[in-house]
Amino acid sequence: MDYAGVIILEILYMIAFLLLTSAGLAIIFGMMRVINLAHGQFVMIGGYTTIASVKAGINIYFAMLVLAPLVVGFIGLIVERTIIRFLYGRIIDTMLATWGLSLLLVGMVTFIFGNTAVSVPAPISGYQLGEFQMGGYNLFIILVTVAIGVVMWAVLRYTRAGLIARGAMQGPDVVATLGYNPNKVYMITFVAGAALSGLAGGILAPLTGLLPSSGGAYIAKAFITVITGGTAVITGTLLSASFFGTINQIVSFAANPVMGDIAMLVLALIFLRMMPKGITGRFFRDST
Amino acid sequence: MMNWPSVDRINWGWFLLAVGIFALLPLVFDTHTATLLIIWALFALSLGIMWGFAGLLSFGHAAYFGLGAYTYAVAVINIGESTLPFLLSLLVPAIVAAIIGGMAFYGRISDVYLGVITLVVTLILFKFMSATAGDIYKIGSARLGGFNGMPGFHTLNVPGYPDISLWGWPTYYISASSLLLSYLVCRWILARTFGRVLIGIRENEERCELLGYNVAAYKTGIFSVSAAMAGLAGCLFANWAEIVTPSVFSLGQAVEVLIWVIVGGLGTLIGPILGAMALGYVKLLLGEQTVIDNSLILGALLIAVVLGLPNGVVPAIRRIWNAARLKLRRRVSEGSTRRTLNASSQVNR
Repeated sequence: MDYAGVIILEILYMIAFLLLTSAGLAIIFGMMRVINLAHGQFVMIGGYTTIASVKAGINIYFAMLVLAPLVVGFIGLIVERTIIRFLYGRIIDTMLATWGLSLLLVGMVTFIFGNTAVSVPAPISGYQLGEFQMGGYNLFIILVTVAIGVVMWAVLRYTRAGLIARGAMQGPDVVATLGYNPNKVYMITFVAGAALSGLAGGILAPLTGLLPSSGGAYIAKAFITVITGGTAVITGTLLSASFFGTINQIVSFAANPVMGDIAMLVLALIFLRMMPKGITGRFFRDST
Repeated sequence: MMNWPSVDRINWGWFLLAVGIFALLPLVFDTHTATLLIIWALFALSLGIMWGFAGLLSFGHAAYFGLGAYTYAVAVINIGESTLPFLLSLLVPAIVAAIIGGMAFYGRISDVYLGVITLVVTLILFKFMSATAGDIYKIGSARLGGFNGMPGFHTLNVPGYPDISLWGWPTYYISASSLLLSYLVCRWILARTFGRVLIGIRENEERCELLGYNVAAYKTGIFSVSAAMAGLAGCLFANWAEIVTPSVFSLGQAVEVLIWVIVGGLGTLIGPILGAMALGYVKLLLGEQTVIDNSLILGALLIAVVLGLPNGVVPAIRRIWNAARLKLRRRVSEGSTRRTLNASSQVNR
């Protein structure tokens, strides 16, 4: 019974992990069709910001929930203004440029922090579930992810800003005719996506520990989650994260975590072949 | 409309010059370095023909490079004599690419998703090979060895004579002739209908399809050929390094070859070769210093090329060269016209 509880909690945590790491990408890729291969590095920098701030004596919650998104959002702003905005509509070039960007960011972080692992202890201690020791911080991550998801959904669905953003992605000409500057909308959306990635990195930092190369670990999972999700950003990402998270953890328990990752990637290939437009390209088309 | 260089003529003068340069290269560099540069050039060429001429971008071409290396190592440990393993290291990547490419192209997967699929395949291989430590992971008598890789296999030998193994400068000349042969094969492909249809697909896929060409078959075909070439590079790499580790599948390997090709030049064959050798050499030099991180420079370079020279260095140089030659020719022909006119007016007088 306790063991079942452990498995369920681990599955929930995996789903939350996938949602959290792909939320920023869901905004940037899912809505703007910009393939940001530097996404993992955005997450990684969010983590580094948190750890560096904590080491400088700043409260950890302030560091992860406020500073990390601010710093990465600012980096996103610079990146959008200097690189991405010249490449809208040139998908392959965007992929190449952002891949270059990811290398550049890894190089910079290595230059500043050195090529050694850094970490901070999790601020919430573990608890006992029957005979199993569980991480309390995992519960915090699940809760924060739920909160982020609800806020994203509410903003996109019910606010004027969300409406304009969704409109600009579907028809920039129409939005421009109505008096909004699509360039500005793109810029703000990109920055929002980057900030979300930073937030994810900040929240995950105490759990994982960081290397400059850590970003690479997020990118593949985040991508397949968003792409499999399809056109409806939030519903799709939620569905695919739930699906992949469950598969990943079940295989991990049955075999080992590496096999869990591999099972997830192989399934993603099959999914892409069967539904090139993602889950929400075929089902739940009217959702957000 | 871009002015693509003609593809069906080989300038044999330049080719012989290249043969001469490759023959003498070990005098300039040490053989070990020169061999590695040649292998990288071959790897870049394999991606260059697929990306530059058929317009198909494989983000994870390292998968086929690595498969070639692993296939050779596994086969040579089991077989002992190196001729069959050498051939297998071309065949296995080609078959895997045909399966993956066929799956993608017949399913009408777009460019972007092709990039993602190829990348995911590389990641799967990297993860799997890194996790194969222990005795249960072995193929025949070859242990895959997990993260530490597979050391201690026989290098290439003279076909039929397992005892006479080749190492050192023979490996260099095998690699160099593989590169030159592959170049000729690429030229041959491009001069035939197959290559012309590929270029047609790059320019306008829909039109090719409406003209009755089986686009998916052509794409799968070139993907397979390209993978075989990458596998050949991988096999030579295994011989050069004398060990195969999962790092052949790493993201770093995958991105480096992309950078070589795009910096060297898309839509040319010489571009990827020069790009790989020049940037590869720079990388080796940078590896010796520790002030600036290597990836920082590579990343900045990739961004700069995508923003500034989206077709790479060689096409840019060629464009300038052609423009200058055209100008020169115009000036010369103007001069001769004037002279003719003068001559004719003199006759009239």
